[in-house]
Amino acid sequence: MNVVKNKKWESGKCMALALQQLINGLTLGAVYGLIAIGYTMVYGIIGMINFAHGDIYMVSAFIAVSAFTLLASLGITSVPLALLTVLLLSVLFTSVYGWAVERTAYRPLRGSTRLAPLISAIGMSIFLQNMVQLTQGARVKPIPPVVVGGFDLYASEGFTVHLAYSQLLIVIVTVALMAAFSYVIGKTSFGRQQRACEQDPTMTALLGINVDRTISLTFMLGATLAAVAGVLVTVYYGVVDFYIGFVAGIKAFTAAVLGGIGSMPGAMLGGLLIGLVEAFWAAYLSPEYKDVATFSILILVLMFRPSGLLGRPEVEKV
Amino acid sequence: MGEPVVQVLGGATLADRSKDALAVAFVALLLGIPMVGLTTVDQGGTLQVATRWPILAAFVLAVFAGRLVLRYLADRLGERRVRRERSLTSSDQRRTAGGRRMIVRVGWLAFIGALLLPIAFSDNRYVVDTATTVLIYVMLGWGLNVVVGLAGLLDLGHVAFYAVGAYAYALLSTQFGWGFWVALPVAGLIAAGFGLIIGWPSLRLRGDYLAIVTLGFGEIIRVILINWTEFSGGPNGITSIPRPTFFGLPFKPPSDEPTFASFFGLEFSPVHRIVFLYYVILVLCVLTNVFVTRLRRLPVGRAWEAVREDEIACKALGINVTNVKLSAFVLGAMLGGVAGVFFAARQGFISPESFTFNESAIILAIVVLGGMGSQLGVVLASLVLVLLPELGRDFAEYRMLLFGTAMILIMIWKPGGILSKREPTLRHAREEGRP
Repeated sequence: MNVVKNKKWESGKCMALALQQLINGLTLGAVYGLIAIGYTMVYGIIGMINFAHGDIYMVSAFIAVSAFTLLASLGITSVPLALLTVLLLSVLFTSVYGWAVERTAYRPLRGSTRLAPLISAIGMSIFLQNMVQLTQGARVKPIPPVVVGGFDLYASEGFTVHLAYSQLLIVIVTVALMAAFSYVIGKTSFGRQQRACEQDPTMTALLGINVDRTISLTFMLGATLAAVAGVLVTVYYGVVDFYIGFVAGIKAFTAAVLGGIGSMPGAMLGGLLIGLVEAFWAAYLSPEYKDVATFSILILVLMFRPSGLLGRPEVEKV
Repeated sequence: MGEPVVQVLGGATLADRSKDALAVAFVALLLGIPMVGLTTVDQGGTLQVATRWPILAAFVLAVFAGRLVLRYLADRLGERRVRRERSLTSSDQRRTAGGRRMIVRVGWLAFIGALLLPIAFSDNRYVVDTATTVLIYVMLGWGLNVVVGLAGLLDLGHVAFYAVGAYAYALLSTQFGWGFWVALPVAGLIAAGFGLIIGWPSLRLRGDYLAIVTLGFGEIIRVILINWTEFSGGPNGITSIPRPTFFGLPFKPPSDEPTFASFFGLEFSPVHRIVFLYYVILVLCVLTNVFVTRLRRLPVGRAWEAVREDEIACKALGINVTNVKLSAFVLGAMLGGVAGVFFAARQGFISPESFTFNESAIILAIVVLGGMGSQLGVVLASLVLVLLPELGRDFAEYRMLLFGTAMILIMIWKPGGILSKREPTLRHAREEGRP
């Protein structure tokens, strides 16, 4: 009798823990997915890894910290209003960063060697990291919690599954953004131009489409998604430092590769998977080595399925 | 072809230029507001917004003025280049050959200078010590140069192999009592093995994947070194790593065992060891240089450069592109590992802190700034990059910012690097000016 009860308790706790990790993993994964889309879009259209993308996300998180602090000092206490303002400000300024990065570091190198834009991109990443470190300080920036509270979904003896409002916010914003994004890429004329440039930039240019402008807009769109991710992470964790872009960048890129680079639904799927793996690994195996787990996935995907889950095999034409 | 371009550029009026500069200044303003104009400072546990409008105004003004001047200069240079292109003669080829001869001469001079340096500064510990640091970076740079400069692969985690070499020696010597000279090749091979494991899955694909895989690998090695305390000593690192000996003679104060000083009947001095270490790394560097220069003339070396220029053409010619790239990558990893062994032996203490991404970035900056593929360029770049922070500590703060900027500018200005040998020996006159 006693044994049976104990077993039931154990399984209940196990399930609760797994559910909690599922929630945490999906939240984290949504953020990775948003960043990964920026990688995958840029890779699709100009065929390079934009190393500075993770740092764009970091810049956005810093803008969010400044904006939240500014609003608090102005006495704006309404949470939805503050969130909306910060999102708009962050998207506005971060997309200018995305545009400027492309314009200064990548556009002059179009048609150059394969290596040149990659080195320029890593130079840009180093530049952004150190610029933020110098202008905003190297120390961790904590902000007071913006979205507090949450639901208790399921309580088992000794363990409660908690869904914070901030997690719910991340999931809702991500879903809404994905819907808007799919519409923009799939239905609008910009989306058609963007896809056309991915397939054949020369032919697209011959048809009278401004390829440079489309590429610039792609960078801005990628930066917009990264900006939203940056704001959401700031709200979720409440701390920001100049190094967050580096690790998030590697993970988001892994997500993009896992989903199939060039494929936008793939990037989101990859992001969610990476988030789940990380959350479960941290909970059940070892929190110190969660980055190692992500990285091993990258290596394994490259070895066994380089085109990713939803990607097409890459064919290089001469 | 060039004619109409010149006229348009030359015809740009001051108004046009000001308009252009104004647009750039506006973008600078947007970029500057969140980063330069606003910042948050910690005041008693909570953040407060601080504004820096005067600095922002200065920044925007500087961008405006800078854009005006740069635009003007660029137009002027463009005109001049077009004029020069028109008067292009065949003397160009002779000049390249002469330049190459001069590079060899400068190289020999540098080598002789390096040989004599400890004799000239035998009483100045600091100079020899700094020169040793420069040579470590030269060695790392030459190792990475094989990967980036010759094979055209981007390796963003070179420091990982440096760390593998350093830890391999530290563990072999402190746990198993191996000597420096025995551990040196073994640690190099271990680093090469890691290169194989990392390179094989990613090099079968496009070169870009290698960049992110190496970036991740560099980070992972550091995470493992910090967390696996039983193995690597964790954040505390490994201490009292034995120093290299001179054919079994240690550099120690006089004791019962024969030491270097007592064997040669010299008075003990700590400078002996520093000078000895300097010559060890000099020998390692020279060996690396000779090895790489020779390899470049072998089929595999030519294949590296061919793959860098056109992978598809190489495949069509029946070259196994994956193996060619892998050989370059593994060789680079091995050289990085050897440099790591020397680093561990010289410091006597290593910790994960010495192997951060910044270190990888510095090595990459050395290769890129020095001119990819140029051995002498790496030496010059290491000299500049190591000596500049020594001159002023203020500079150290801005060092990485400048490296990042320089990497972008050099890629835009000369994608082959400043002192590159990338230019083909023979070329069509019309191609001048376009890389």
